[in-house]
Amino acid sequence: MESAFRGRAHVYGNDIDTDRIIAGKYTKTLDLQSLADHVLEDLDPEFRSRLVKGDVLVAGDNFGCGSSREQAPVALKVAGVSAVVARYFARIFFRNAINIGLPVLEVPDLEAASGDEIEIDLEAGTVRNLTRGTAHRAAPMPPVMIEILGEGGLVAYLAKHGTYRLATG
Amino acid sequence: MAAQTVTEKILSRHAGKTLKAGDLAIVDVDAAMLTDTTAPLAIKAFREMGGTKPWNPARTALVIDHAAPAPNERIARLHDLIREFARDTGSTLYDVGTGICHQLMVEDDRVRPGETFFGADSHTCTYGALGAFATGVGSTDLAAIMLTGKTWLKVPPTIRMEITGRLNPGVEAKDLALAMVGTLGIAGATYQAVEICGAAIRPLSLDERMTIANLGIEMGAKVVLLHPEGLELPYPYDADAIRPDAGAAYVRRVAIDGSALRPQISRPPIPDDTVAIDELLGTPIHYAFIGTCVNGRLRDLRAAARILAGRKLAPGVRLVIAPASRRVFLDATRDGTLATLTEAGATFLPSGCGPCVGTHNGVPGDGENVLSTANRNFKGRMGNPQANIYLASPTVVAAAAVAGRIVDPAELVGE
Repeated sequence: MESAFRGRAHVYGNDIDTDRIIAGKYTKTLDLQSLADHVLEDLDPEFRSRLVKGDVLVAGDNFGCGSSREQAPVALKVAGVSAVVARYFARIFFRNAINIGLPVLEVPDLEAASGDEIEIDLEAGTVRNLTRGTAHRAAPMPPVMIEILGEGGLVAYLAKHGTYRLATG
Repeated sequence: MAAQTVTEKILSRHAGKTLKAGDLAIVDVDAAMLTDTTAPLAIKAFREMGGTKPWNPARTALVIDHAAPAPNERIARLHDLIREFARDTGSTLYDVGTGICHQLMVEDDRVRPGETFFGADSHTCTYGALGAFATGVGSTDLAAIMLTGKTWLKVPPTIRMEITGRLNPGVEAKDLALAMVGTLGIAGATYQAVEICGAAIRPLSLDERMTIANLGIEMGAKVVLLHPEGLELPYPYDADAIRPDAGAAYVRRVAIDGSALRPQISRPPIPDDTVAIDELLGTPIHYAFIGTCVNGRLRDLRAAARILAGRKLAPGVRLVIAPASRRVFLDATRDGTLATLTEAGATFLPSGCGPCVGTHNGVPGDGENVLSTANRNFKGRMGNPQANIYLASPTVVAAAAVAGRIVDPAELVGE
C-alpha cells in the first residue's frame, strides 16, 4: 500500500451508520464489486457517479456505527475510496477497515468541503487539506494495527506471522 | 492487586496476567459464532490465512438466520457454503428456522458467565446479560479467531450505570433499554464497557436482561455487563467472577430512575432519538413488527398476546411476528399464545432475523410508518429507505396494531 496519496474529498456528517454505507439487502454475497455498486446508496444516491478512484471520504463523529458487517469498508474500498477521515469512528467499523486494508484516520479538527484536495501520509500520520492549506495530525494507532495495515490487511498479516504480535519489530 | 471492573477481571483471566483499562492485550477466546451475513467472508478469509479447522470446532457455531430460508439462489449458494464448512470442520450448524443466533447461543448453553465470546454480529453484546465478555467483530477478525483461538484488544474503560427504583406496570425492559440509549447517546459508550446494576435490574428475568444488554451496541459499547444480583441460571456459576471489586475505577457513573420511566419510543432514523410515548400518541402505524434478538422471546409474545386477546388488528394494519427461535415458537404454540395472536390477525414468519435486516420477509412500503420491537431504525434498515421505523416494546407495538396509531397500552389494559 502506498504510504502517501492524494484525493478529492466527499464530505458527510455525523453518525453515518453501516446500513447507509451498504444496505443489509446487498450484504449477502461474495461478489465484492456488487457491494461497491451500491455503496452509500441510501445516504447519497449520486455518490457512485461522482466518485473518482482515489477520492477520500471525510465525515464527522461516529462514522460506521451499527452493524458489524465488514461489507461496509469492503464496499468503500472496492468502489475506489482511498481512505476515510473522520472525527472518530465506531469501534467495529474501525477494526474492520484496518483488517481489510482500508486506511481510516481519526482527525478531530479537519475542515473540508466536498471537492477539496486532501493529501494523506500514513507513515507520518498527517492529513493535509491542500485546497485550504491546513495540516492535521491523525490520532496514533496501536502498533499492531499499523503492522496489519502495512501488510495490506489481517489476512496477509496472519498468513505471514501466524499469530498476533502486540509490539513492533 | 488493584480493584478491578468486571471487564478487567474477565480479560485478566483470559490473558494470563493482570490487566487494567487502556492496556493492549491478546486474550484467549472461549467461543465464537458467525451468521449467514458474516460467515461467507469469514470462511474465505480463514482459508486465505491458511486455516483448515477452527481452533475449537466444538465451540464454533454457524447460524443461518439473517436471510432464512433463502430468498433467492444467490443466498441459497451461500447457505450451502456454510453448511459444507460446518460439516467439513465439525463446527456446529444451526440451520434455517432454528432461531436467531443470539437467542440460540443462550438457549443452547453455548456461552456462560465469565467467558470471552466473539461473534460476527454486532448484537453479540447480548450475552453480557449473563456476565460474559461478549462483543461483535467483523468477518476477518472472526476468521483470525478461528485460526488462532485468540484476539487482540484494548481493555476498555467502564461506565457504571445504576438503575434505581422499580419499573412501573406497563414499563418493560425494552423501555429501560431505549431510555439508556437515549441517555448515553448513539456513541455515548464508544470504546467503553458498560456495567449495569441497581434495584430495578434485580427482579428481571434472563430474557429481560438480554433485551437490555442487546441495545448496548446502540450506544457504541464494546460490551455490556449486567451485575449478577438476581440472575438465575439453570446451572451453578461463580457470581464473584462477574461482579466488580469494591473500589473498581469507572470513567463515568450514570443513574436512571427506573420508577420515573414511561414507555419509550425511538424515532426514526436513529435509535438514540428516544422520547416518552406521550409525545407520539396518535402517530399512525401501518406495519407492526414483533421479533428479533431484542424482543422475540416467549415473554415478548405473551406480552403482545395480553393486549391482542379477543381483539383484531385495526383495518389497514399488518402485524408480522418472528419468534426468536423454534423453541420459543413451540412454547408459544403449547401455551396458546400463538392461537391468540393468530386470531387477532398476526402473520408468523420463520424464526430468524426476518425483516429487521431488510433482506426479505416483510419490507415496508414507501412512506409507511413501522412500529417495531427491533433495535435499529436507520434509514433503509428494513429494506426501504422511504419507510419510517419507530422502536418500542412488544406491548406498545401490539397496542398500536389494535388502534392503528400509537396509543398508551394502559388504555387497552383498562378497558
